[in-house]
Amino acid sequence: MRSEALVLTFAFGYLALLFVIAAWGDRRAEQGRSLIGSPTVYALSIAVYCTAWTFYGSVGRAAEFGPSFLLIYLGPTLAMLMGPLLIRKMVRIARSQRITSIADFISARYGKSSSLGALVAVIALIGITPYIALQLKAITLSHAVLVNYPEAADFRLADESFWNDKSFWVALVLAVFIILFGTRHLDASERHEGMVAAIAFESLIKLLAFVSVGVFVLFGLFQGPADLFGQVAADPALGDALGLGAVPGGATGWFGTLVLAFLAFLALPRQFQVLVVENVDERHLKRASWLFPLYLLAINLFVIPIAMAGLLLGGSNDPDSFVLTLPLAAGLDGIPLLVFIGGLSAATSMVIVETIALSTMVSNQLVMPLLLRSRRLHLSSQGELAGWLLGIRRVAIVLILLLGYLYHALIGDSYSLVTIGLVSFAAAAQFAPAMLIGLYWRGANRTGASLGLIAGFLVWAWTLLLPGFAQSGWLDDAFLHQGPWGLAWLKPYALLGLEGWDIYAHSLLWSLTANVGLLVGISLFTRQSPLEQTQAALFTEAMHPGLEHTPLWRGQTTRGELRSLLGRYLGASATARVLDNPGDARLDDSDPAPSELIARAEQALSGALGNASARVLINSVVRGEALDLESILSILDTTSQTLEYNRQLEQKSRELSRIGEELRAANERLRELDRLKDEFVAMVSHELRTPLTSIRAFAEILRDSDSLPDEKRVHFLDVVVKESQRLSRLIEEILDLARLESGRLTLHPQRLDLVALTRHSVDAVHRLQEDRGVALEVEIDLDEAPVVGDPDRLEQVIINLLDNAGKFADHDAPRVRLHLARHKAHFRLSVEDNGPGIAPDERERVFEKFHQIQRQGESAETVRGRPRGSGLGLPISRGIVAHLGGRLWVEDAPILKGACLVMELPSAPG
Amino acid sequence: MAKVLVVDDEPNIVLSLEFLMQQAGFEVITAEDGEAALAAVGDSTPDLVLLDISLPGISGFDVLEQLRGDPHHRRLPIIMLTAHGREVEREKGLALGADDYVTKPFSTQALVEKVKALLAEDA
Repeated sequence: MRSEALVLTFAFGYLALLFVIAAWGDRRAEQGRSLIGSPTVYALSIAVYCTAWTFYGSVGRAAEFGPSFLLIYLGPTLAMLMGPLLIRKMVRIARSQRITSIADFISARYGKSSSLGALVAVIALIGITPYIALQLKAITLSHAVLVNYPEAADFRLADESFWNDKSFWVALVLAVFIILFGTRHLDASERHEGMVAAIAFESLIKLLAFVSVGVFVLFGLFQGPADLFGQVAADPALGDALGLGAVPGGATGWFGTLVLAFLAFLALPRQFQVLVVENVDERHLKRASWLFPLYLLAINLFVIPIAMAGLLLGGSNDPDSFVLTLPLAAGLDGIPLLVFIGGLSAATSMVIVETIALSTMVSNQLVMPLLLRSRRLHLSSQGELAGWLLGIRRVAIVLILLLGYLYHALIGDSYSLVTIGLVSFAAAAQFAPAMLIGLYWRGANRTGASLGLIAGFLVWAWTLLLPGFAQSGWLDDAFLHQGPWGLAWLKPYALLGLEGWDIYAHSLLWSLTANVGLLVGISLFTRQSPLEQTQAALFTEAMHPGLEHTPLWRGQTTRGELRSLLGRYLGASATARVLDNPGDARLDDSDPAPSELIARAEQALSGALGNASARVLINSVVRGEALDLESILSILDTTSQTLEYNRQLEQKSRELSRIGEELRAANERLRELDRLKDEFVAMVSHELRTPLTSIRAFAEILRDSDSLPDEKRVHFLDVVVKESQRLSRLIEEILDLARLESGRLTLHPQRLDLVALTRHSVDAVHRLQEDRGVALEVEIDLDEAPVVGDPDRLEQVIINLLDNAGKFADHDAPRVRLHLARHKAHFRLSVEDNGPGIAPDERERVFEKFHQIQRQGESAETVRGRPRGSGLGLPISRGIVAHLGGRLWVEDAPILKGACLVMELPSAPG
Repeated sequence: MAKVLVVDDEPNIVLSLEFLMQQAGFEVITAEDGEAALAAVGDSTPDLVLLDISLPGISGFDVLEQLRGDPHHRRLPIIMLTAHGREVEREKGLALGADDYVTKPFSTQALVEKVKALLAEDA
């Protein structure tokens, strides 16, 4: 079943399908109906992070080093969670500067330096080649396992001539495929939408394949997770191998791997390509920041179970191949083929993106700058150079893959899959300081970045790359153990005597220390060129609003000159798109080009050639000080000044509106007080006029009527006297109230016995109550109730309460009950009546000034014959009690069921 | 003999008005709130009403409004009595159709003159 022909048919069929998807994606992009305008596709394309290394190597690493493989996925998870902060800034910069690769990004940040760009490109080539080799190895190996099983797929590449080596042909097939795929467009600056669509599709396939194996292992070979874990637990040696203790290098190893994966995720050329360059909408980051970690979780879910099953069942096989050998051993045909395709998809997606990214770097950062130096080529105006560009890229693609093949053929056998991957990670991590520090520190400069990169790269090569060569037998490995020239402190795995570390954590520590140290140190002591200053500002302030439309050019050139320059590098149609706005009136080519047109032209060239070359070219046609550095810097500074000024203004205006609000509230309060005062005056005058009316009327009657009978005269005089008393009382009360409210009420507090005072007050009203027929009950549970208070005022309050109760008690059989008792640290004096009571919503209002109580069910009939209150007694009583530290309120009468007023006073201390 | 209805909730004021009106030669009936006043107007058909504004229950203004809305009492002479000295209330009372408006405390002689004048006019 698993004939060579069948496997090849499936492999080529799969590649053909990819090509169809890519072509479809490109066509849709041309029609303006982008296939990849979705955050889900973006997140899936980022999953190019999961290569054949993930697909086969995670299981191998888990079998060997326990759960340490997880760190390689935790790093990116961390990076993605920070994505909205960090990656968004990178995306925005890449868009505004038309960045084509990470080399271009770093070169642009440090003053569009072509030498720095070239340096990054060279390091990337050297560092990433092993990684491409790894993918070739995975494809060949998985193919061999699939076809030869159950015979061991143990083969030595170096023993065969290259035309018998399948890896060589895999590399060539892939080269052709990528050329067809990645360099279809003459306009090299545009995004590779078809490629992104195909990569997203590949991510789905590899996930599907891996999950299928996992499910098969768990539920086909074992009876679910419980069965598998049970069997592993029965074998202590196996348990240990998969435990945390198996992680090399202990805590530093853990941490080192985590940092390594974090940095590599951002700085690997292919990750930069899909994360930043191919991003179509920075809002996609939001969904990708959780969807991509979820993808990683899903693809890692079955790693441990597969590793366990492999160790249990197929211990003699290579752990890197467990994914294939487990279903093969079960005699299946379908799943192994699916696994092979899954592995192929993982490998090809990586190779495709990585090669496109590297070839762009090679053409833009290495070849074009060299070609531009040759004045003859530059000045020959007959050549259409756009074709050249694509040609360079195609050659670069072939060369990169051949380089990968060579590495694979010469060295690949001595390393496991994971080991090769980590070597490349460590190389890519060298780009991180220049990139990340450059994003946030304006002072980082070209010299520092270059020296840091070189130093980091050298340390990396010494501690990881050369030992690899030595272990493959291409170098004498004596220097590994004794150090070069017998210098022990230079031993690659124990630099400066640091021994016992995980080799990757060790390499990362020293290389990053050298890298960051030189970047920061040199930057502090050297100066930036003006262009560098501008670029540094544009990068660090990328999230600054208002930067996008800054005119950068003030030099002089004509449309015609720009047109011929662009035409040679981009082709006629792309040039027309850049230079001719449909809205513009037909302009002559001899007209001077406005500054934003020059900026557009430079951006277009940057997208195709990289920004360093674009700058050289633009400078060649623009006369005068081309770039308006001062104005850019001043725009940056003034915008930040303006922002600060705006912030202050806003703060001021917030303050003003707050003060205005307070004034309005105060005014409102004053108006309310004024209204209350008017009301009070009206009430007072009304209350005073009433007795006065009777007094005047009777006085006039007595004056004018000579022949009044004596009894009438005495009656009328009595009324005059009573009304005069009422008037005096009223005036007293009004004055009391005024004093209470202004706080000028003079009390004479002294220690007194509330029991005695109460009895005294009762005696005072007793006669009057009796006259009115009120039955007064007094219940005092105490012998003594010491309080601090003004005796006269307190008596006034008690009499007022008794008086009120008498007035409002039941008309026919009026009863009033006074009760004095201790309540915790207080004394409570309550006065209740058997009247209709006070409705709950009236209970606070009775303490308002001039509030005439309308008791429930009361009509004028029932009030007849009783003296009316002024409506000031209760407010005054409450004021007095409050002054003495007590309270006065209304509640339900517990016994007589009418109204009940309760006065509470604190008991005197001691 | 003309009949005067005195409406006020202050017993002493009612007492003084009752005496004054009797002394002036009128028959006097009294009421202590708005409802009683309306009932008295219906039952006893007074020739003139001395009406206090601040009454418990429905106010003097309400009584005035109801009487003026009733065709039988549209022309019944009514003198408003009030302890509120504010001009707005005087205007309100006159607008509602009161024949006169007297502020408390009042001159007994002037009040008696007003009552007499209104009754003469009416007759």
